[in-house]
Parts: sequence; C-alpha cells; structure tokens
Amino acid sequence: MGAAALFFYLFAAVMIAAAFMVIAAKNPVHSVLFLILAFVNAAGLFLLLGAEFLAMILVVVYVGAVAVLFLFVVMMLDVDFAELRQGFLQYLPVGALVGLIFLVELVLVVGAWVTSPGLVKTAASPAASAAVTNTEAIGRVLYTTYIHYFQLAGIVLLVAMIGAIVLTLRHKPNVRRQDIGVQVGRTRAASIEVRKVRSGQGVDA
Amino acid sequence: MTIGLSHYLTVAAILFTLGILGIFLNRKNVIVILMSIELILLAVNINLVAFSAFLGDIVGQIYALLVLTVAAAEAAIGLAILVAYYRNRGSIAVEDINLMKG
Repeated sequence: MGAAALFFYLFAAVMIAAAFMVIAAKNPVHSVLFLILAFVNAAGLFLLLGAEFLAMILVVVYVGAVAVLFLFVVMMLDVDFAELRQGFLQYLPVGALVGLIFLVELVLVVGAWVTSPGLVKTAASPAASAAVTNTEAIGRVLYTTYIHYFQLAGIVLLVAMIGAIVLTLRHKPNVRRQDIGVQVGRTRAASIEVRKVRSGQGVDA
Repeated sequence: MTIGLSHYLTVAAILFTLGILGIFLNRKNVIVILMSIELILLAVNINLVAFSAFLGDIVGQIYALLVLTVAAAEAAIGLAILVAYYRNRGSIAVEDINLMKG
C-alpha cells in the first residue's frame, strides 16, 4: 500500500468521522468545528485527486468564510440548543432506515458502474498534464469556454450578498446618522445668533 | 491496492448519506440542517472532482466550482433568513416555522 492510498484512507476516515460528529454533536459550536475538520480533509482528498485549485478554494471559501459565518450565527443567536435536541432519538429509527436504504442504493450504483473505454479520449477539455498545472488548466477554460457560467456565478454571489444585507439590515429609531443635505443646507442666519451680553449676568439658554 | 474511482464514489456516498441522516435526526435545529446541506453539497463536489480526475476532463472541476459558489450563496441567504426569523420570533425551532405571513 503506497503513501497515496494511506493518505486516502486517512483523509476519508477523518472526514467521515467528522461528518458524523457534525450531525451527532450536542453543541452546535462543536458541530461547526467538526464541519471545518470535514472540509479540511475533503481538501486533502482533492489534493490527492490532483485538483489543487479546488482544494485551496475549499479551504479559503469554506473554512475561511462559510464556517466562520456559521460560527457567528451560532454564537449570536441566544437559543437553548438542548431544547432543540428533544426528540433526537425519536427520529433515529426512520432516519437510520432511510439513510441505510439510500446508502445501499448508492453503493449498488457505484459497484455496478463501468466507464466506457472510449469516454476518456473524448474529454472536452483535457485535464492537467505535465506542462500545464491544474490551476492553469482551469483558468484556460474557465475564462474562455465557460466565461458565461463564470459571470453567472458572480451574479449569483452578488444577489446573495444583496439579499443577505436586505434581510438582516435594520434601522434602529434612536440612532443619529449624518444627513449631508441638512448639513450643506445650513445657512448663517439659521445657525448663528448674535446677542449682546451684559457683563456679570451671563447667558441663560 | 490502488485507490480507484469507486473508492472516492463510496466515500462521497457515505458523506451524502450522513448529510441526509443529519436532516432527519436534527429536525428541530435549522442550523444543523443547513450544515447537513453543506455536507451533501460537499459529497456532490467530491463526486464531480473524482470523475474529473479519473476521466481526465477538467470540466468537472469547473462544475464543482459553480456548485461551491451556489453552496456559499445558499449558506449566506439561509443564515440571513435565520437571523431575521430569530429577531421576529425569538426562536429557531423548525416546528414554529409554519406561518406564511410576516
């Protein structure tokens, strides 16, 4: 068994154990941390497959952004998570049954599946070779053949960003904000008043 | 024993099943349901990248990139809805989410 196989089993085992802990952990903060562990190990699997660019994107986008977003929300909401776990075991039998059936079906599909030998030669865009790295191979097709998909992905992200801001933005009534129009529109007559003050008496109001 | 395509597909199948199981088991906790959806999308991505690597076609990785984008957008929108809902109702229990009016 070579080093690659050893690392495959290591990454796969840790990833599946972490994924199990995501759904089984009592504390949602632990769930998020196990989710991060699962994603890091998935990035390791991607590295073994030779997809370095996606592995790095997975670490940056998921571990760096999405998981931290989950962590923020879990810690921001003051929710009694123990109460939410009531009935966890009640759903276990039906959940385990559905999961088992699903897993058996998936494994049967995987086991019975063969590739047509000619399929490899008809690849639309060849993967990385010795001359071209994985990142360069992705860039060569992503910005030419699949430029519209790339732009659509950008639009999806833009819509998601605007939607998230619109959903969570809240104007509090007691916050005083800068009103530039009022500031610029001030005149000398409206703002300054000259009074004659007698010595020793002061000014009231 | 070399690691073939079916090894990766099996790992992805197990991960996918764990995600589905998570949705079933944590039916009251929206946050864990969202995390289970992330696991499911990760399993799909592993399938795409595995096929891409073993068939020698880079397009699978482009597709995985798009799935990653949609997953990130989905997480952001889902958590934003969750925060807005928590502000209105003071709870994130799934069985309370049955009102179609604000």
